[in-house]
Amino acid sequence: MTHLKGIAASSGIAIAKVYRLEAPDLSYSKQDIEQPEEEVKRLHEALETSKSELEKIKEHTRKSLGDEHAEIFSAHLLVLSDPELIQPIEDKIKTENVNAEAALDETANMFINMFKSMDNEYMRERAADIQDVTKRVMAHLLNVTFPDPALINEEVVIVADDLTPSDTAQLNKQYVKGFTTDIGGRTSHSAIMARSLEIPAVVGTKDITTKAEKDSMIIIDGMNGDVIVGPTDEQVQEYKQKQEDFEKQKQEWAKLKDEPTVTSEGEHVELVANIGTPDDVEGVLNNGGEGVGLYRTEFLYMGKSQLPTEEEQFDAYSSVLKQMGDKPVVVRTLDIGGDKELDYLELPEEMNPFLGYRAIRLCLERDDIFRVQLRALLRASVHGNLKIMFPMIATLEEFRQAKAMLEEEREKLLSEGHEVSGDIEVGMMVEIPATAVIARQFAKEVDFFSIGTNDLIQYTMAADRMNERVSYLYQPYNPAILNLINNVIEAAHAEGKWAGMCGEMAGDEIAIPILLGLGLDEFSMSATSILPARTQIKDLSKSELASYKKEILSLGTAEEVVEFVKEKTQSE
Amino acid sequence: MVEKTFKITSSDGVHARPATVLVQNAGKYESDINLHYKEKAVNLKSIMGIMSLGIPAGAEVKITAEGSDEQEAIDHLETTMKNEGLGE
Repeated sequence: MTHLKGIAASSGIAIAKVYRLEAPDLSYSKQDIEQPEEEVKRLHEALETSKSELEKIKEHTRKSLGDEHAEIFSAHLLVLSDPELIQPIEDKIKTENVNAEAALDETANMFINMFKSMDNEYMRERAADIQDVTKRVMAHLLNVTFPDPALINEEVVIVADDLTPSDTAQLNKQYVKGFTTDIGGRTSHSAIMARSLEIPAVVGTKDITTKAEKDSMIIIDGMNGDVIVGPTDEQVQEYKQKQEDFEKQKQEWAKLKDEPTVTSEGEHVELVANIGTPDDVEGVLNNGGEGVGLYRTEFLYMGKSQLPTEEEQFDAYSSVLKQMGDKPVVVRTLDIGGDKELDYLELPEEMNPFLGYRAIRLCLERDDIFRVQLRALLRASVHGNLKIMFPMIATLEEFRQAKAMLEEEREKLLSEGHEVSGDIEVGMMVEIPATAVIARQFAKEVDFFSIGTNDLIQYTMAADRMNERVSYLYQPYNPAILNLINNVIEAAHAEGKWAGMCGEMAGDEIAIPILLGLGLDEFSMSATSILPARTQIKDLSKSELASYKKEILSLGTAEEVVEFVKEKTQSE
Repeated sequence: MVEKTFKITSSDGVHARPATVLVQNAGKYESDINLHYKEKAVNLKSIMGIMSLGIPAGAEVKITAEGSDEQEAIDHLETTMKNEGLGE
């Protein structure tokens, strides 16, 4: 039995056989051959087998993730029947009398290197596509198994160094009970995918691939990050029980899916979700989200070679708004720069990116970029209940300037004959302590606040959240943070506005009672946290929690706060 | 031989999905079909050939077809260019 600890990335328990997803050994030796016709035949057989596999994977992906995700495999299939690739391989076999493996490898590499050397990110990615497909053909030539998550047909837990987007896209929930990886964190691609697929996952175990052998039993606990390889019978029993409990719990949660979120005295608070793309909306609705509290628009700008057009953005925003119906959708305008880079903007490197040229600072200067987004948002506004917020506001002037640009674009659109909703709330993120301190002044001009805790904590504590040596200072429950949050909520209410929160903290079990007591109106979290939070809030009394407010805000340390909250909420 | 000239209107130039559809459709015909851009010509039945040209938005390209079904082929590809928002 081996016990490993990783990062809990997606809730649930999985108990199944290990399926190792690893790169197969594709080494070959270059040989002189005597019957080129035979080699060409082998080549075509390997191509045909690869094509039929890709057809299956494509079909599977289409069913589970939709046409757009399946499209990549259409391109892969075309590569396999590309005359400009196949003909040179055949020629090489015939003229140089080499085996199919060598001919394939050398020809494919020529193309891969050609694409890799292009000064365009999109083209460089195509090099990876060619690599992907030729590996599959090579595996068939060599008769080694090429692992295909899409073709798994028994219950397994996938063990891998890391999962690529195309790996995760192929996972079949019916058979893949969970996965665990060596690398990655809670916000890495594979973790996000696991949560949207709702399968348990533990990432960042460092060395699970050296510990878990093919077909041995493995248990993963996506709630606290435990991974057990070769468990004892007792452990299997114990975890089966946990799994059952979790399923029951989930059913309990599911009962609240279509219920409003109310406290024990029947007061309503809003539980909404954070999303990154229109595809995430389905998860929000399935988990009973009452709206979208944070739509991160960065993904529209990332992973491509140039800025998204107004139409592309309009399509994405409209899609989210339409899917959400009359439920509110808070869109955060572009938050890029600093650590989140866009190659094509060619921003200078900075000493201190978190304190540098990013988000609204960049947008106000590069209004050629910003105004396109504002236009797309305004045009989409007629399709639902849109609210817009600006990230990283530090001063009132910045907010006024951004809002003025929004109004200018609205006028332009109207004069061009476009329709724009007359009822769009405009708010701001509170991430910079300066704004939390004078929140009252801001509250007079904004329609709402959304507190971004991840950044607010790092700026207030002056501790880089990426730096492990100071990570102990990342303290959501520190009274300094709570006082700032309280200041923001009080300011909003004094001016008749609302205050929400869109950071990890909003879905946190300890933080929820505190925030409820402080009077927070809207909690925005990952979709899968909504039902657990709704269940928790059902049993909490807002008025009772509000009566502890003064006491909590005057405590000295984060530990004291946690202790106090536990004592008060568990004594009920 | 028949030929037609197009101006690329897609803001991304010629890649991704539209290119895939173009190559798929070219593959349905017997004729030799080529895409000409600047001084280069590539086989329009080759996805890698098309990609390697890196055709940007606003570019002028020419499609030529030669063979038994050349007219059919070029008409189909013209429709594809328009339907996929690639060019006109």
